[in-house]
Amino acid sequence: MFTRHDSLRAGYDVVIIGAGGHGLAAAYYLARDHGISNVAVLEKGYLGGGNTGRNTTIIRSNYLTPDGVKFYDESVRLWQDLATDFDLNLFYSTRGHYTLAHTDSAMRTMRWRAEVNKHFGVRSEAVDAAAVKRAIPMLDMSCAGHAPILGALFHEPGAIARHDAVAWGYGRGADRRGVEIHQRTEVTGIRVRGGRVVGVDTTRGSIATSKVLCAVAGFTPRLLDMVGLRTPIYVHPLQAMVSEPVKSWLDPIIVSGSLHVYVSQSARGELVMGASLDPYELHATRSTLDFAEGLASHMLDMFPFLSEVKVNRQWAGLADMTPDFAPIMGVTPVEGFFLDAGWGTWGFKATPVCGKTMSHTVATGRAHPLIQGFSMDRFAAYRLTGEKGAAAVGH
Amino acid sequence: MKLMVCPLNGARPVSEFAYGGELRRCPDPDTCSDAQWSDYVFNRSGSPGVKYEWWCHIASGLWFIALRDATKDIVVATYPAEAVRGALRPQVFAS
Repeated sequence: MFTRHDSLRAGYDVVIIGAGGHGLAAAYYLARDHGISNVAVLEKGYLGGGNTGRNTTIIRSNYLTPDGVKFYDESVRLWQDLATDFDLNLFYSTRGHYTLAHTDSAMRTMRWRAEVNKHFGVRSEAVDAAAVKRAIPMLDMSCAGHAPILGALFHEPGAIARHDAVAWGYGRGADRRGVEIHQRTEVTGIRVRGGRVVGVDTTRGSIATSKVLCAVAGFTPRLLDMVGLRTPIYVHPLQAMVSEPVKSWLDPIIVSGSLHVYVSQSARGELVMGASLDPYELHATRSTLDFAEGLASHMLDMFPFLSEVKVNRQWAGLADMTPDFAPIMGVTPVEGFFLDAGWGTWGFKATPVCGKTMSHTVATGRAHPLIQGFSMDRFAAYRLTGEKGAAAVGH
Repeated sequence: MKLMVCPLNGARPVSEFAYGGELRRCPDPDTCSDAQWSDYVFNRSGSPGVKYEWWCHIASGLWFIALRDATKDIVVATYPAEAVRGALRPQVFAS
């Protein structure tokens, strides 16, 4: 599927660190839209083996802030045509997405999100308990009696897709346009002279370049140490699990902020389930029984009939978290060093728009308008983006 | 990591503890620059390594320090907060 390159060349116009969805999407749009194909994507493991291969594949744009809504809506738009662009089945399936509200304050937030969404043309609506029950008849509306559902934020464009296929699609598209993807190639150093990038050292040799895009998710702090940059990013594992395949019964995607769980049923009939972030910093993708028990317990609060269904597999990714649950994207104080990070637990849905905006940023040297709210210097200026309520259940 | 040694109560299941973030020295707000203050408020060390961290034993309400390998998830040692009192005194900057 991808050209195998025996060795790195002496230099490239752009070096992208990280062959996940974001890095490969940036490479694809650099080659396709900006005519920049003298690009190397360096991956220390295997293509898509990081968080791109470990998420629970939910795509939505029902965010809270205007910056967030516009950004994620652009991503959802880009998702629509990707399978055609790639000539590859992404199993993109629009299912509708319900964020359940179990308290009055949660309902108020759902109404707030719905109104901001509608203001920007995104099809979301606050719905009552009766509407939730009609859409998901098998849901225990009392959640085992201790967290009754009062209503939900219904987001019509909510969808799921096959996560690996996105990386393969962007990778193949970039590869076909002359981008070099080098797997099992770890960056060991980034050379900076006079405040600007001059090259990259790897386990397979050194490269001269003046532009580096760092898109490595949970490995971001290690890469930033190489250029002497500090950020608020902290890394916790995010676990997930999947059930055995069962007959199709769950059409929409369900999230519960109070129970801290989310679930969808894949095209293969598996229940793909996730919950909160692990409670402490850890740079390892190990799974715990604690997580599986906690998630199963809350799943059974909503769907008690699942008690006999078996869990097939559990895994974890490394979430690079930020204090405002928004990413860090754009230029940095090191000239030629571009960052796409801080995607925490909410990055898969943004894969296409990150590729688009970061390719523009790398090609022009200036942050794309859509990502200006995500700049690295916002923290020093106390201009946080405030998407905690809409980004994740991990709080 | 299944057990943690609380300085007061001895070895307890890790479920009885809450993580409180890395141990950091606060700059003296009266003498530090804006950049130093926002660096303290927001920035973190982030990378893997053996780190000093705040932990709380929820059952007894005790806050203490743990030195933990954040890659292998192994606690090297735990200390009462008094042991790091010097390091916690706000760092004064010359003006």
